[in-house]
Amino acid sequence: MSLKHDIEFTLNGVRRQASVRVDMSALDMLRDVVGLTGTKYGCGEGECGACTILVDGKSLNSCLLFAVDCNGRNIVTIEGLAADAKADALRAAFVEYGAVQCGYCTPGMVVQASHLLATHPQADADAIKRGIEGNLCRCTGYKKIVEAIASVNAADKQGARP
Amino acid sequence: MNEIEHYVAPSSLEQAAEYLQRSGEVTLLAGGTDLMPQSQSGKLKIKRTLMNIHQIPELKGITIEGGEIRIGALATITEIMQSELIQKHLPILIEACDQFASDQIRNAATLGGNICNASPAGDMLIPLLVLDAEVELASKPNGSLTRRRLRLTEFFVGPGKTRRAPAELLEGVRIALPPPHHYARFFKFGTRPALDISTISIGIAGVLNTGTLSNVRVAFGAVAPVPTRAPRTEQALEGRHLDAAAIDAIAAVARDEVKPIDDIRATAWYRKELIHNITKRMLTHVAQA
Repeated sequence: MSLKHDIEFTLNGVRRQASVRVDMSALDMLRDVVGLTGTKYGCGEGECGACTILVDGKSLNSCLLFAVDCNGRNIVTIEGLAADAKADALRAAFVEYGAVQCGYCTPGMVVQASHLLATHPQADADAIKRGIEGNLCRCTGYKKIVEAIASVNAADKQGARP
Repeated sequence: MNEIEHYVAPSSLEQAAEYLQRSGEVTLLAGGTDLMPQSQSGKLKIKRTLMNIHQIPELKGITIEGGEIRIGALATITEIMQSELIQKHLPILIEACDQFASDQIRNAATLGGNICNASPAGDMLIPLLVLDAEVELASKPNGSLTRRRLRLTEFFVGPGKTRRAPAELLEGVRIALPPPHHYARFFKFGTRPALDISTISIGIAGVLNTGTLSNVRVAFGAVAPVPTRAPRTEQALEGRHLDAAAIDAIAAVARDEVKPIDDIRATAWYRKELIHNITKRMLTHVAQA
């Protein structure tokens, strides 16, 4: 029986407590302890980005993050982004541009895209490609994904004008 | 399977050093980006105590103190990339950060972790070597915190092995502010820009004066059991006017100096060719700078 540790953190705006194995990943905690399965397991070693979440506003691979290290931190998953207007625009754009094929990479892709737009509001297509370089789409639908993200950015810029 | 008996998350350097002094069987956790996959795959066994050092304030921050830049061990690759101090004084580190893994990993991975992981292909280690970086190690042997400094060139002893004693904690690195006309560039060769482990990497630094480098530092990654300086290449480059013949000769010295191995990423022969060709390309840039 592996050692467990009690942690407390904010998950999608709500205070949570959890008792987790100390060698458990944040991804396993989210899926198996908390029961939020929107965050996906792809490779388990930080190569594919399917498990991307936001921790204190920064995007991280939850498969590389120790669950115990979530203590005291602010976690946002794809489920939490559903309540965010800007992320909802991303979701709509992914649908409109057909940026979803099998869909497995989509949650991580949307979380990373929302982090990219938050930190690089001026991102052009090249910057978007750089921004999602840690997210693999094995259906290789990158073109439509980049177009979808760029369309949200362009709409934002237009909306910002008086 | 990890049989961890204790989990501790000290909130000060004193506490952490005290704990390390009392118990030798400790695995340190910072960003976790190497520890998690290595422990899950069974390559590394987490010891009896897992110590999360993430909340130790003394290990954070990037500051300038008495002619030196100090980068705390917990500084993430993203924090280094965004630091105005580093952008202004040590742009070679920005080059390395920019090619480091992916955004998600840069947001979590720490400089201290990259150093203590001691991979021959560690992206930050080559620029740090050519910048004459020193590591600062803290411990608490007799009830009071003591520190020692070690040149990074002496720190690595083998793949994954360093001169950090079990009771020591890497507090940060210190780099003297470069002199005027300092030139330093980094090149990483991999099969794709993102998330790739270097096939080889090269750092070249020195003081640039009309096509000539003096006080030269050259370091190579992924061609030896440790990231390593290249004294013969440095000697060949020191003070030499960089015309085409000189560049050819120095690149040949570099190729003959490295002793790489065949592995999954490249053969030894290919690595030697890369060292030759990329050194040549980088020196051509020096001559044009």
